[in-house]
Amino acid sequence: MKIELEHLTKTFPGRGRKEQAGVTAVNDFSCQIPDGELIALLGPSGCGKSTTLNLICGLETPSAGKILFGGEDVTSLAPELRGVGMVFQNYALYPNMTVRQNIMFPLENKKKKERLPKEEMEKRVMDTARLVQIEELMERKPKELSGGQQQRVAIARALVKMPKVLLLDEPLSNLDARLRLKTREEIRKIQKQTGITTVFVTHDQDEAMSISDRIAVMNQGALMQAGRPQEVYDNPVNLFVAKFLGTPPINVFEGVVKDQTLYIGSEAVLSVKGVGDQPVWAGVRPEGFIPQENGPLGCRLNRVEIMGRDVSIISGHDACAGQDIRSIISAENHVDTGSDTVRFALKPNKVFLFHKETEERIPFASN
Amino acid sequence: MSGNNKKAWLYLLPALLFLIIFMVYPLIDVLIYSMEEGFNFASQTYFGVGLYNYSYVLHDPYFLQAVQNTFILVIITVPVSTGLALLISLGLSSIRPLRSLYQTIYFLPYVTNTLAVGLVFMILFQRTEYTDGLVNLMLSWFGAGPVDFIDGPYWAKMFVLCFYTIWVVMPFKILVLTSALASVNPDYYKAARVDGTPRLRVFARITLPAISPMLFYLIITGFIGAFKAYSDAVALFGTDLNAAGMNTIVGYVYDMLYGDSGGYPSYASAAAIILFAIVLTITCVNLLVSRKKVQY
Repeated sequence: MKIELEHLTKTFPGRGRKEQAGVTAVNDFSCQIPDGELIALLGPSGCGKSTTLNLICGLETPSAGKILFGGEDVTSLAPELRGVGMVFQNYALYPNMTVRQNIMFPLENKKKKERLPKEEMEKRVMDTARLVQIEELMERKPKELSGGQQQRVAIARALVKMPKVLLLDEPLSNLDARLRLKTREEIRKIQKQTGITTVFVTHDQDEAMSISDRIAVMNQGALMQAGRPQEVYDNPVNLFVAKFLGTPPINVFEGVVKDQTLYIGSEAVLSVKGVGDQPVWAGVRPEGFIPQENGPLGCRLNRVEIMGRDVSIISGHDACAGQDIRSIISAENHVDTGSDTVRFALKPNKVFLFHKETEERIPFASN
Repeated sequence: MSGNNKKAWLYLLPALLFLIIFMVYPLIDVLIYSMEEGFNFASQTYFGVGLYNYSYVLHDPYFLQAVQNTFILVIITVPVSTGLALLISLGLSSIRPLRSLYQTIYFLPYVTNTLAVGLVFMILFQRTEYTDGLVNLMLSWFGAGPVDFIDGPYWAKMFVLCFYTIWVVMPFKILVLTSALASVNPDYYKAARVDGTPRLRVFARITLPAISPMLFYLIITGFIGAFKAYSDAVALFGTDLNAAGMNTIVGYVYDMLYGDSGGYPSYASAAAIILFAIVLTITCVNLLVSRKKVQY
């Protein structure tokens, strides 16, 4: 089911006796989620992504804006009437019930007349359990399960109602690193099998980029950019998005554009056509550096980390706001580790310019 | 015994010593007293050993009256006070404005002296030559005749005693249950809401199991407390409880030791042992039931 969010805003009232201004958790959020896709709401903690999820779910009502499911306005509909399934961060499995009872619970909530016959319910529960591969665990209590298994039970409980939309709140944050990799593949697989439109919230950009069809990057309640992961990575609209995506993170230099050329420090490092003279932030992806003996950008060489497949050069530069510059180059390149400086040429498509104040992207043409 | 074990015993020693001196030894001593027939306190002598003291106590109409009173008190006050406390805590946790004010009001009886509360109850319920009391005044509005709750019929006195006991024990239960309700993970309720769970079902399947450990704790301690009731009856009916017909088992034990008809430590000991056996049995039953029902 296609989900459309139109100018969604959520303001929580201020606390305390004084008439304090409310907190705007979600601010004018508009986004379209095509049918059957997996979309990640990505952002730092406190950016409003969980509130957005709760708004889609119906646990919160928006202060303004509309939510449409398949063209139908569901803004004021109660959660159970929207046909959504939700998986909570800590899974919220009822501790006193077995796995079977937990999965059965949503089906038993309906009034006697609307309820499915008992055999049908049993069958649905078993089908869903098979989908997430927990058939052998049906008689256990949640506390007798590992984190990954609890996660699957939670997904099964959300799926058993055959929702049109599946919502996952930080689904992997309670799992250890190895399990996280495995589980995210499984979530992707289940989503593909069922074809349910799925929204999941995460602060881990790795997670978001690897399994989702689309990502929506949020900051301070506002949608920064939405699109296919690679598009967003290759074309960040502002400095925040550029910094948030990518591991290791993008390297940001203070630079100046003069005569259509980017200067970092006193060195002219790149020709940037179509940009007026101004101070800028220059972001360079770690893979955007080419070590060259007489490259235009000179950095202090701190150390070299060999990682087998590639090499990571950690260096410093006065224009780089006191932080290390991390560049990743292929292991075939020879770097003179004895020298105390290293010189780079830059790949133009891995360099982004941002406005000094607004931090918005400044497009440029290279050559 | 390993070195660690020795150390552990050493640390336990002070507590164990006190427990043995002040708990285990007196308990055994009471058991011995209860077996000694015709014990004379002044000369510390007795005629023989046997179960005569038990037989005497169990045939004493005052004791049987006390047992009846205690059981009625337990059977009425424990479920009613726990149920009411649960209702009030549910109410308290679902309101937002003035919650702390209400919590304070409900907690006030707990910090008030038992005898002071008893005095207030006397004023509310007692009939004197000058007035029928506030409760009787209210009863008269509904056309019901005045009832003497303090010196009148048995059921009226029992009603006041139960009312009073419930009033006194409820604040603590409300306090415990309110905090138990507050500690239920709100995500359970959110999950239930997403699934459109009816409110009653949320309560029965989610809330109640979550607070069941605390609920059983309150029921067990409530049973024990009610079986040991004494001061409540004194606060309402004075020290001569046998005459009022409102004695409790603990009251009987006290009377046998120090009351006007007192000076019989053997009978008191026998009654105390009987009470001990009753409380122990009920508590064991409670624990057995709770092991099956309570989710930890």
